[in-house]
Amino acid sequence: MRVALFVTCINDTLRPRTGRAVVTLLERLGVDVDFPAGQSCCGQPQFNTGYRHATEPLVRRFDRAFADHAYVVTPSGSCAAMVRDNFPRIGAKAAAEGRGRELAEAAARAVPKTYELTEFLVDVLGVTDVGAYYPHTVTYHPTCHGLRVLGLGDRPRRLLERVRGLTLKELPGAEECCGFGGTFAVKNPAVSAAMGADKVRAVTGTGAQALCTVDNSCLLHVGGMLARQGSTVRPVHLAEILASTEADAGPAGRALPGGGDRGGAR
Amino acid sequence: MSRSFLGMPAFPRAAAVSTRDTRLRANLAHATHTIRDKRARAVAELDDWAQLRAAGAAIKDRTLRHLDHYLEQLEESVVAAGGRVHWAADADEANRIVARLVRETGEREVVKVKSMATQEIGLNEALADAGIRAYETDLAELIVQLGDDLPSHILVPAIHRNRAEIRDVFRREMGKWGRPAPEGLSDSPAELAEAARLHLREKFLTAKVGISGANFMVAESGTLVVVESEGNGRMCLTLPETLISVVGIEKTVPTWQDLEVFLQLLPRSSTAERMNPYTTTWTGTTDGDGPRTFHLVLLDNGRTDTLADTVGRQALRCIRCSACLNVCPVYERAGGHAYGSPYPGPIGAILTPQLRGVAGPLEQSLPYASSLCGACYEVCPVAIDIPEVLVHLRERVVEGGPVTRHGARVVLKPAKGHAAERAAMRAAAWAFDHPGALRGGMRLAARTRRLHPRRLPGPGRAWSDTRALPAVPAESFRDWWQRTRGGAAGPERGGRT
Amino acid sequence: MSSRDVVLARVRRALADVPRGEGPYDPPVPRDYRRVHGTRTPEETVELLAVNLADYRALVHRCAPAELPSLIGRLLAARGARTVVVPPGLDPRWLSAADVSVVPDRAADTARDLDAVDSVVTGCAVAVAETGTLVLDGGPDQGRRRITLVPDHHVCVVRVADQVVDSVPQALPRLSPRRPLTWISGPSATSDIELDRVEGVHGPRTLEVVLVGAGAEHGGAG
Repeated sequence: MRVALFVTCINDTLRPRTGRAVVTLLERLGVDVDFPAGQSCCGQPQFNTGYRHATEPLVRRFDRAFADHAYVVTPSGSCAAMVRDNFPRIGAKAAAEGRGRELAEAAARAVPKTYELTEFLVDVLGVTDVGAYYPHTVTYHPTCHGLRVLGLGDRPRRLLERVRGLTLKELPGAEECCGFGGTFAVKNPAVSAAMGADKVRAVTGTGAQALCTVDNSCLLHVGGMLARQGSTVRPVHLAEILASTEADAGPAGRALPGGGDRGGAR
Repeated sequence: MSRSFLGMPAFPRAAAVSTRDTRLRANLAHATHTIRDKRARAVAELDDWAQLRAAGAAIKDRTLRHLDHYLEQLEESVVAAGGRVHWAADADEANRIVARLVRETGEREVVKVKSMATQEIGLNEALADAGIRAYETDLAELIVQLGDDLPSHILVPAIHRNRAEIRDVFRREMGKWGRPAPEGLSDSPAELAEAARLHLREKFLTAKVGISGANFMVAESGTLVVVESEGNGRMCLTLPETLISVVGIEKTVPTWQDLEVFLQLLPRSSTAERMNPYTTTWTGTTDGDGPRTFHLVLLDNGRTDTLADTVGRQALRCIRCSACLNVCPVYERAGGHAYGSPYPGPIGAILTPQLRGVAGPLEQSLPYASSLCGACYEVCPVAIDIPEVLVHLRERVVEGGPVTRHGARVVLKPAKGHAAERAAMRAAAWAFDHPGALRGGMRLAARTRRLHPRRLPGPGRAWSDTRALPAVPAESFRDWWQRTRGGAAGPERGGRT
Repeated sequence: MSSRDVVLARVRRALADVPRGEGPYDPPVPRDYRRVHGTRTPEETVELLAVNLADYRALVHRCAPAELPSLIGRLLAARGARTVVVPPGLDPRWLSAADVSVVPDRAADTARDLDAVDSVVTGCAVAVAETGTLVLDGGPDQGRRRITLVPDHHVCVVRVADQVVDSVPQALPRLSPRRPLTWISGPSATSDIELDRVEGVHGPRTLEVVLVGAGAEHGGAG
């Protein structure tokens, strides 16, 4: 099976290790991974701030970049939700504005083949045990778009539960938003920080060594707050946990993978 | 209530203050979490909730798509049952009508059932200007009125007050409005409720004019429905000689049968009960039972402008249950007053800018008062996709475009103050559509990463004040792929590079 | 142009997107929600009514028809009621064992007169088991709406099983929208202080429900 990795702009620039982890993981599971270089951003920052028209070229670009692939896999619940929920809206609005069906058709091609990573693993590959080893305590925060727009349900948890060595800690108030919300964090800094502070309190209260999500955008926000507070809780994308094996654990088996990008600046 | 929402600051400014109010934060966290869990249990009792929700949305959509038909049918039914119907295009007109109707009775005092529509139009202030005193009789509205406060929640307008604060307001203010609070009043909710009972009973027994809103109006029968808990609604709807109901035109439902859906959806979403303690339905007037004169004031006040927007229209399905407020993480931390309107929370963030238009700074800020987490949509009993409408209204703010204001089609200019953001968004979109240029910028960022500051100046401070900045890695994913697997990916299919 | 015409014209302009041929009842409404939640025998339905009434702090009693006068007499005596307002069509036997002064429901009485009355005894039009709701429609055994509002103690008699339905969808067709209706689910309550429920505000603070019917004398949920 051959898939295209849609790495997303945030992962490309700020968390490349997540993209590398997806490649490692999928190849370990026997999947051939392509990285179509014509891909860029899903357009969510623009669209969700109100710049729908500026988003349209990115819908077309997405369509062209992945034209040769039947499966597009992305390690981001939020970006997958952008494609699935908002690409069709962009297409419909363009058609309603009398600009033809071209964008709607591009959206219609993009939607059915785009999978968030855990959907691809559980629904398409049919695996929950991906052969991972991660000897740490982890708490899982279901990010909003994965939870409510995609309806990921228990897929991430089922994958985490099969990771050897991993101890999952319940996160109180898990389903509450962390306060990132894209430009919300900049436009409403006080509320965003208040929400983030409550999430950080919940995370540190679990005693977990790592905070795991399916979205690095939320992790940058919560992780940035954890780092600013000097917390030792490490933000880790689910893909990085699933990619880890006993070979990565090191002689002591204690090092938390994920430091390779020079972690958060303190 | 002499205070009003006029001239409130934009949401982020108000929220910057309210989020630091630890008592407010504690009051709201306690109250919203209490009701949130109860609602979940009440909803889980019905295994057909999804079907009821779909039916509720569909009934409201059916009504809205043919609102002219249903309003005319409603008017005919109400008149046939002995009521009188008045139409008000805006708040001023509605206030003038009500003041005139009260004056015609010769009375100078009225008792009121909690009503969002009359809060929206500022009826109490307008009546005061006309020399008429309006007594709020809902317990929370009474707390707000006595405390010269503003409502901060649709269902529980005094949700921002805890029991000790309410006791203090009662002790201090009740005597100025009528029967004083009992000696030694404690802060137990039962004692506070008893104090309200004693204080208001005198008003109910003597009131000649009652003013209400309505939760539903049935077009085919002309029946109005008021859903309540305390019995103050029954007092106001049945004891006075004259009843004046001010109701938004979108409260119409086509048939009596349709109530079977809403009387299941509303109580469980609102107070998290199988059924609220009291529901009153009436059709015009009834000989020998209840008011002898019934006036219905049908209110537009921006609703038809909202109706004209095919995306924003769904906000008119709202049945004012307040479930979206109770689950909203932004509402919980910012509080209701930051929304600058009687309609706070997620529904307020889409209703206020549509009813009032997006010309003012507050109205322009409201669509952004959300992290788009989607919890509101999930609990909405009539499936209003609030995040969708929020984003739609953000577009109206930053891009402008055709809208309807006061019934006329106008083309809105993009809002001022977004020029830098607009330029940045367009530049980002351009860069993302030109990956060659983007890659150059990313490499530059990677090469200079040791020089990047730990905190940002200007607007970026909003991020870096509380969060560490993400470090830029030495190598982007793109470059890693090129370096390790270069050439294997084939040509770039995105078009330009 | 009247405001009526202004508003209706605005509505019509706002709905320019609705196809001209679409009728008011054309937009589909899916009615695949349940008419009843679960399957119950009539006895189980009555039992559910009793449980749900009690859950919202109504006091529930059960008796056979022959026992009703003595039960009502006991309830009024226990309350210390000396005056009781009754609707014109109430079966006079219901109060035959009560040592009280009966106040008829008269149009000329004021709300203040009613405020001096201790209790009210009525029947009802229908009771809804799933929600624990009594519906009064102003029928001869229920009277004007205010008599069940101003006195602080309401005794409501429900004939089981014929006045009991399972659900809200079953209740509405049995009720006429032309009549003024009062739906009562427990005594008055408020959640206005910290969203915590407190029973007893303006309406009767004590609601007693008598489920009367053959075989109903066994047990009692209140």
